[in-house]
Amino acid sequence: MGFYLAQFLTGLASASSLFLVASGLSIIFGVTRIVNFAHGSFFMLGAYLAYTFVELMPHGILGFWGSVIAASLAVGLIGVLLEITLFRRIYKAPELFQLVATFGVVLVIQDLALWIWGAEDLFGPRAPGLEGAVRILGEPIPQYDLALIVLGPAVLLGVWLLFNKTRWGTLVRAATQDREMVSALGVNQSRLFTSVFFVGSTLAGLGGAVQLPREAASLLMDLNVIGEAFVVVVIGGMGSVPGAFLASVLIGELNAFGILVFPEITLVLAFLVMAVVLIVRPWGLLGRPDAVLRGASGPPEEPLRLFTPLSRNLILGLVGLLIVAPFIADEFTVVLLTDILIFTLFAVSLHFIMGPGGLVSFGHAAYFGLGAYGAALMVKYLGIGMISGLVVAPVVAGIGALIFGWFCVRLSGVYLAMLTLAAAQITWSIAFQWQDVTGGDDGILGIWPAEWASDKMTYYYLTLLLVFGGIYFIRRVVYAPFGFALRAGRDSALRVEAIGINLKTQQWMAFVLAGVFAGIAGGLYVYSKGSIFPDELAISRSVDGLVMVLLGGIQSLLGPIIGALSFTLLEDLVTRLDYWRIIFGGVILFIVVIAPEGLAGFARKLLPDRLTGKTEEEARS
Amino acid sequence: MSLLAVHTLSKSFGGVQAVKDVSFELAAGEMLALIGPNGAGKTTCFNMLNGQLKADTGTVLFDGKELIGLNPRTIWRLGIGRTFQITATFASMTVRENVQMALLSHHRKVFSLWPRAADSFKEEADGLLDQVGMLHQADRACGILAYGDLKRLELSIALAHGPKLLLMDEPTAGMAPQERITLMELVSSIVKNTDISVLFTEHDMDVVFAHSDRLMVLNRGEIIAAGTADEIRNNDLVKEVYLGGGSTFDAGEKGAVHA
Repeated sequence: MGFYLAQFLTGLASASSLFLVASGLSIIFGVTRIVNFAHGSFFMLGAYLAYTFVELMPHGILGFWGSVIAASLAVGLIGVLLEITLFRRIYKAPELFQLVATFGVVLVIQDLALWIWGAEDLFGPRAPGLEGAVRILGEPIPQYDLALIVLGPAVLLGVWLLFNKTRWGTLVRAATQDREMVSALGVNQSRLFTSVFFVGSTLAGLGGAVQLPREAASLLMDLNVIGEAFVVVVIGGMGSVPGAFLASVLIGELNAFGILVFPEITLVLAFLVMAVVLIVRPWGLLGRPDAVLRGASGPPEEPLRLFTPLSRNLILGLVGLLIVAPFIADEFTVVLLTDILIFTLFAVSLHFIMGPGGLVSFGHAAYFGLGAYGAALMVKYLGIGMISGLVVAPVVAGIGALIFGWFCVRLSGVYLAMLTLAAAQITWSIAFQWQDVTGGDDGILGIWPAEWASDKMTYYYLTLLLVFGGIYFIRRVVYAPFGFALRAGRDSALRVEAIGINLKTQQWMAFVLAGVFAGIAGGLYVYSKGSIFPDELAISRSVDGLVMVLLGGIQSLLGPIIGALSFTLLEDLVTRLDYWRIIFGGVILFIVVIAPEGLAGFARKLLPDRLTGKTEEEARS
Repeated sequence: MSLLAVHTLSKSFGGVQAVKDVSFELAAGEMLALIGPNGAGKTTCFNMLNGQLKADTGTVLFDGKELIGLNPRTIWRLGIGRTFQITATFASMTVRENVQMALLSHHRKVFSLWPRAADSFKEEADGLLDQVGMLHQADRACGILAYGDLKRLELSIALAHGPKLLLMDEPTAGMAPQERITLMELVSSIVKNTDISVLFTEHDMDVVFAHSDRLMVLNRGEIIAAGTADEIRNNDLVKEVYLGGGSTFDAGEKGAVHA
C-alpha cells in the first residue's frame, strides 16, 4: 500500500514540473497560435541558468530560491527578446513555417548552451532545507517532491487569478477566442503578445529551474521535455491551463505506474493516450473546438504545368550527368550522391502529402524508419536477402502509414501535425525501448547489400534507379486524377465533397503512398549504411524532411528535390564543425523569415519564361 | 410524380427550432425560390436537403429515393448539384481543370494514378464552360478570376454530372446588380433548355420575382406562404412578417437591393 502511495506521490511531483512547462506552452499557443518547439529550450535554459545563479549567490534557502526566481525571470526576458525579434514576424505565416522556425530556435539555443555551459551534464545542489525524506506509510518520500506537489497547484491558482481577476487576463482570454476582434477594440496586440510570451517562458524557466535538484542540466532536456509537454497540452486542450494541469497529473501518474506494469513501453504510453484523446476529443479534455482563426493565407498556388521543352532537356542532361558521375567522381562523392538521392526521395514523398495534399506531417521519419527497421529486422531474424529487404521496407512503412494515416486524416492543421508527431514518437519509442528486439540505442548492425551490389558504384546505380522511378511515379500521380483530387481537397474541402469525392479516403491513400516511398528511401538507407539506429525515427529526422521541403519551396514540385540536394550538401559541410546546429538553425530562420517561397520559388521569379513556362499573366503580376 | 418531395422536415439546435414541419414539392423543370428574413431557417433547410445536416424528423424523397441519412457525396451521385453562398472552387487549378475535376469524379476516376488529369474529358469540360460563357477563360488560373466569373464557373461545375436538380444557396450574393441579372438569366435559360429543376434561396427580390416559377416564404422555421410571385406579393401575412410595409415589393420599384 505504502509503495503505491509513494509511487503516486512521485507521479504528482513529476506532474508539477511538467505542468509548469506545459501551461506556459498552452498559454502562448492560446493567444499567438504558435506551437512553440523552443519552449523546451526555455525549460533547459531555466535549469542551466538556475545552476549558474546558485553558484553565484550565497548558499542557503534564500540563495536557492532566489536563484530559481532569477532564472525564471531571465528566461522570461529571453522569451520577450525572441518574440520581438522573431516570432512577431511570423504570426501571419502558415502553421508549418512557425513550427519549423521555432525548431530553428531550438537548434540555435542548443549550440549557445553548449558554448556557454559545455557538453557535460551539470548536477545542481539539493534544495537547502528540503534535503531529507519524510516517511509516509513507511515509505521515504523526498521532501523536495512534497514541495513540488504543493508548487503545481499553487501556480495553477496563481495563473487562474491572473487570468480571471486582472484586466490583462481578461484581454488575454478575449484574444484567445478572437484576436482580430480584440485588436479592433483598440488593444495594443503586440504588447499583449509580448507579455503573454513573457509569462509563458517564465513558467517554462521556472519548470526547468525547480527540476535542477532532481535532474542534471543537460543538452537533451529541451527535446525530451517538449515531447511530453506537447502531449500534455494536446490532451488538456490547447490554450486551457486547467486542462494542462489535469493532463500533467494524468501523464505523471501514467509514467509512475506505467513503469511498474509495462516497463518496456513507458515512452509509448503517453503518446498512445494522446492519440486516443485526439481521436475521441480532437480539441482535448478541457479545450474548446476550434477558436476563431482569421488571417490571410498566402496567395493561391499556380496551376500545374508540364515542363517546357528547354527545361525538360535540362533535366534530362542532369540525369545524364548523374549516370556518368561515378566515372568522373571519387568514391566519397559517390557515397554522398547516394545519400542525396535517398533523402531526395524522402523529401519528395513528404512533399507529396504536404504540398498537393495540404497535410502537414511532423512525423514523416516514422515511415522512413519503419522501412529501414522493417528490412533490418527481417535480415536479422529471417536472414532475407537484399531484394526481399527492399520489398519489405515499403510494405512495412505502407502498413504503418495505413494504420496511423487512418487516424491522422480525421484531424487538420496543428492537431494533425501533433498526431503525426505522436505516431512518429510511438515508433521511435518502440525502436528505442524494446531493446530485446530492436537493439534499442545500439541499433541493428550488419545490414549489408547483396554481393553483386556491395560495390559503392553498383549500389549508387541501384539507388539512382529506385529513386528516379519513385520520383517519376510520384510526379505522374500528382498530374493524374488522384493527385488532382487531392489538391482539389486542399483548395476546397467543401467543394470536393459536393462533387462526390471522399476526401478522407483520398488523403488516407495519399498518406499511405507517401509512407510507401519514404519506406523505399528507408530501405535504401539501411543497406547503404549497413546499420540503423533509433535516431532515424526521431523528431529531428522528421524536421530534416520539413526543412528540405521548405528550403526548396513547398509550392513547387521541384522544390523538395532542390531542397534535399542543398540540405544534404549543407549538412555534409557543417556537421564537421563544432557548432553546426547554430548554422543550421540560422538557415532555417533565414528561409522562414526572408524567403518563405523557398529556393525554387525564388529561382522561378528570376529565370526566363522559356524555362519556367510562366504565362504572360503571371509574368506581369 | 414530383422530382423532390419534402415532408415535415424539422431540425432544432438546442432549444431553438430552426426548421419546423417544412413540406413542399418540386416538379421537374421548375424554378422554386425559398425566401425569408435572416435566421428564418433557409440555409438549415438547404443543408438538410444536401446531407450536410441530419434532420431530426421528416422525409426527403428525390425521384422516389429517401435522402435523409445519406451524406453529401451520395446525394450528389444521385443527381443533385450544388452551388454555395460563397463560391467554393479550386483556386490552384485552371478554369477547365475545375470542371474536369467534377467530371473525373462523376466518371469515378479519382483513384487513377497514371493518365494526365488535364487531358481527361477535355471536350466535355469545354462544352460545359461554353454553356456558361466561360470557354474563353478556360486556361486561366481560377485564383485570379473576378467574382462574377467564379460564380459562373461554379455553376458549370455543379452542372458537370448532368444533375436533375440544382440547389443554389443565394446564387447572386456578393455580386454587382448587373451581374446578378446576367447570372440568373443564364440559369433560367439552362432550366428551359435542359429541363433541370432549381431550388434556390435569395435575398434580392428582383431576382426572385423575375426568375422563379413559384416561391415559398419561410419565417421562424415555418413556411408561411407559397405561390406565384403575384400571390406572394399580395399575401397579407407575408407583408406583415417579412415585407414590413411592403413598399419594397411594389411591382414598379426597381433596384431595391437587400444585403
